[in-house]
Amino acid sequence: MNQTLNAAFVNRRGRPPGGNFELYAWFFMRISGVLLLALAVFHLFWMHVVIGVDNIDFAVVAARWENPLWKLYDFFLLAFALTHGMNGLRMIGDDYVRRPGLAVAFKAVLFVLYIAFIGMGAYIIFTFVPPEPVAVLP
Amino acid sequence: MTSSRTVYRRGRPILEGLRYRGREGMFAWLLHRATGVGIVLFLLVHIFDIFLIGFGPDVFNKLLFLYKAWWARILEVFLLFGVLFHALNGARIIVQDFWPRLWRYERQLIWAEMAIFIPIFLWGAYVFLQPLFR
Repeated sequence: MNQTLNAAFVNRRGRPPGGNFELYAWFFMRISGVLLLALAVFHLFWMHVVIGVDNIDFAVVAARWENPLWKLYDFFLLAFALTHGMNGLRMIGDDYVRRPGLAVAFKAVLFVLYIAFIGMGAYIIFTFVPPEPVAVLP
Repeated sequence: MTSSRTVYRRGRPILEGLRYRGREGMFAWLLHRATGVGIVLFLLVHIFDIFLIGFGPDVFNKLLFLYKAWWARILEVFLLFGVLFHALNGARIIVQDFWPRLWRYERQLIWAEMAIFIPIFLWGAYVFLQPLFR
């Protein structure tokens, strides 16, 4: 048996090296995939077909975020889509970034981007305060 | 140990990869990756442009050329292609993963997927591009 190859899948105790992370990642991709099938496709349909790109402006988004349920919807979409996407990039990196040092650097960049963008998105969803409607006096 | 070690060369040029005749399954895999990368790149842009709504109506409304310009409409059709394909193909992969006997019918399932994908995509592309011809 080829020891080098075998060591990539199980260690001496017959467990995968690095614990069950890859198993959970696989499972997460399936669960988030099902959720995103609904969340992302509906988002695209809602914004492009029901509302229409021509009609979208600041006021439309402000009105949308008046409703906490839309905020929650947008946050779930953000969190699941970004986690699913970043994990996908990590998997692609595992296939193509072969030099160990570069692979670590690639994952570090992905991690920083992940934290920064989920932070930016969550920040604006939950701290956005719509401006007072400007009173049009006669 | 070193004598029996096999070296697996995994990095291959794109053209060499395309000569592999994996038919439907290979192209579904390739498109799943390509659309996935495309969607996540768009997602980063999208998170950033929505973040800029914090700068108020003037900045944000001007920024929306990112979605309303004629070239943006065409990119949105690519986005629709990517999201719809990635969603349906992902659903097929999940179904096959949980009912492994279906892997035998992968080719047929891909064509079933296409039968759902093509009409929705064509209708969506028509709706997305409508404003350009008004």
